[in-house]
Amino acid sequence: MVMIFSSLRLTADHPLPFQQTAVFERELCKMYHKEKSIQIKNSASALYNNLSVLRIAPRRLTYFTVVHANVVNMVSASWDGLNYSHRQLQSKEPNVATSTSLIMQVAFCVLPSRDLLVVTSQKGIQIYESDGSIMVYWHALDTSDAPTAQAVFARGISAVWDNYICVGVSSGAILVFDVPSKGSNITLSEVLEEHKEPITDIASECSGSQECIADLVSADDGGNLCVWKSGKEFQLLNKIPGFDMSCSSVKLWKGIVVAGYGTGQIHLFEAVTGILHAEVNAHARWIYSLDIAPFSGLLLSAAEDSLVRVWHLTVTPETNSVEVAHLHNECVTDTQICGAKFCDGDGYAFAVTGYDLSEIIRYTQL
Amino acid sequence: MSVKTLPLVFINLGGEMLYILDQRLRATSTSEDNSEKGVWSENDRKRVMNDIVGTLFSKTFMDELLKPQQLYSHRTLKTVLTRLAHASIMRLNPASMDRLYELTIMAFKYQVFRCPRPKDLLLISYSHIDTIRELVKDTSVVVNQVDETHRKIIEVYSSLSEGEFQLLRQTLLIFFQDMHVRVSLFLKNQIQNPDGRFALPTSGPVPHGIVVPGLIRVFDSKGREVRRSEFPAGGSYSSPVREGSFELHGDRVISLGMNMYTVNHPEETHTSKGDGTPNPLAKEELNLLACLIGSLKAENMPRAEYGFRINLFTTDQEEEEEADGTSDGAEESMFGVINIQAMQDEQSAAELARITGQFAEEEEQHENPSGNKGDDLLAMMDDL
Repeated sequence: MVMIFSSLRLTADHPLPFQQTAVFERELCKMYHKEKSIQIKNSASALYNNLSVLRIAPRRLTYFTVVHANVVNMVSASWDGLNYSHRQLQSKEPNVATSTSLIMQVAFCVLPSRDLLVVTSQKGIQIYESDGSIMVYWHALDTSDAPTAQAVFARGISAVWDNYICVGVSSGAILVFDVPSKGSNITLSEVLEEHKEPITDIASECSGSQECIADLVSADDGGNLCVWKSGKEFQLLNKIPGFDMSCSSVKLWKGIVVAGYGTGQIHLFEAVTGILHAEVNAHARWIYSLDIAPFSGLLLSAAEDSLVRVWHLTVTPETNSVEVAHLHNECVTDTQICGAKFCDGDGYAFAVTGYDLSEIIRYTQL
Repeated sequence: MSVKTLPLVFINLGGEMLYILDQRLRATSTSEDNSEKGVWSENDRKRVMNDIVGTLFSKTFMDELLKPQQLYSHRTLKTVLTRLAHASIMRLNPASMDRLYELTIMAFKYQVFRCPRPKDLLLISYSHIDTIRELVKDTSVVVNQVDETHRKIIEVYSSLSEGEFQLLRQTLLIFFQDMHVRVSLFLKNQIQNPDGRFALPTSGPVPHGIVVPGLIRVFDSKGREVRRSEFPAGGSYSSPVREGSFELHGDRVISLGMNMYTVNHPEETHTSKGDGTPNPLAKEELNLLACLIGSLKAENMPRAEYGFRINLFTTDQEEEEEADGTSDGAEESMFGVINIQAMQDEQSAAELARITGQFAEEEEQHENPSGNKGDDLLAMMDDL
């Protein structure tokens, strides 16, 4: 089912205490149509942010990863649509034949020097070369000091700056790994302990050359957000309290934190100050995935209500204001969506996964 | 993932199982007194309900489930549910147990899938408990057990956060993944599509605590709203209804978890084709069970002890078929000649222990450091 909207909207004159405004909301005429889906070997599991995409321009390929229970399904798709190759990774400790555990999240981490694939599970954290061919690092989760009544797992993955990969843990801790430009000498550099609830998602911006005040944001099951500056010692710049509702997906763009919640709402905060810029009643069910196309400011949101929505964000630093415009809806019939990602930095195409669906659905702009 | 799934799994799957068994036992009873052999009387039905509910809600069983642990595999879960179903005089052969398991799993999958908020898993569980209480309302001892367990569940689960409930729900969804057994009652009510996937409408009331989508609000740096605009939400949602009660008694409001199988419409679960070629869907469905339970041939059995053989052991089955002279497929086996009660039979109990040991070894999908997940539970059930 495809619903495409492009229209002018005149909003109601709500009596506002400080300003009376009637605003034209021009919806840009960006429309998407559905492309041929990519079949995957197993169906997607109902996990937050259950799709990761890596675009490899020199080889005209895109990698997609989707989690199914204790297996990662990897597909490499050529841009001409002619070649697809599949690979499966299992989450297990090296040299231990039979132990597998449920995977919570998989994500590509793009660093200036190399791309890596990070797999987080109940047992630990695995880091592979980006094509999934070799595991370069294994970190076992320490279960000894966790209270037995709580589940133990790793979840929340992001590359940040030149050489760090951050991974969240169910205790609320964030593990910071220092990654050399090549080889497997990855080391645990720091453990950040600010969150008290399980980490749900971590996001960054300004990796590599750009300078940013804040370059990392982490979210937890209580909806609390922490804003950081990376470095040899990470600095906590701000803590934005939650409202007892899980923040399942978070993004950072132009100093704005974009957070999706179990209430179906999206909040936009100024990262460093915590000022709430905008609130969107976006979905009728729990949001499972957010993504931003950094060059165009397009925002993608997907939820258990079977809808994917495309928005446009405009940030005006001079007036310190943020605009949110709704552009497009897609409905994946009878499907609780668990992953949605843009396939490129402009947001020309995006891909979607859903619980119990064995395909990656793709949409491109007309 | 979540280490708190088991109590809710057993309450809900057990509940669905009891709804189905109750409906079938009512449907097959044609006389109130015990004058007809092979027919389940009202007293028999109540006895079966009391026995199963009493076992499911016993303190030792629930305490075992309440220990933080990973969710069992399907195999282990089915074994324990089978033992539960056999807590009374009724016996089901493996084929009918398979069908019963599939049905209860699909019913619970639907409820978990459509659960409005993760926390509403509790309301669904309480709905099941409410109906179970009704089923055994004439036996106060069992009702007390149900109440005690219900209080315990309230105590343990009321403090979980929404995030923890969602983790629990995600664990269950992974467990149910890729199961698309078509159930004719679901197809008829259009909650399931012909391909086995459940319907998910983009209409109706939003869950409690969620706002109907469609509004964008922009604020200034002082927190004052400066603009609001609407966008087309692409569905027809309405405001939430009132919240259900999380107390021991109360209106749960949501309909998930209520008994879908009504005695007034036994045709939903009856075989519509007699001995003819079965409807392909019937294989997946309650009709098979209706046939098997309802048509006992128990000529030589003492009145109080009729029941099905447990076809757990192939050697016994082969012997039986030879002696009996009939060797139909598993679907048609309706022997009632010998009542093997695995709990009392030492040799069978040893066999069962061996088989259970095999399950533990074959466990690949879930973590189980001590290798005896479910064993303790089975051993403990022997003592009940």
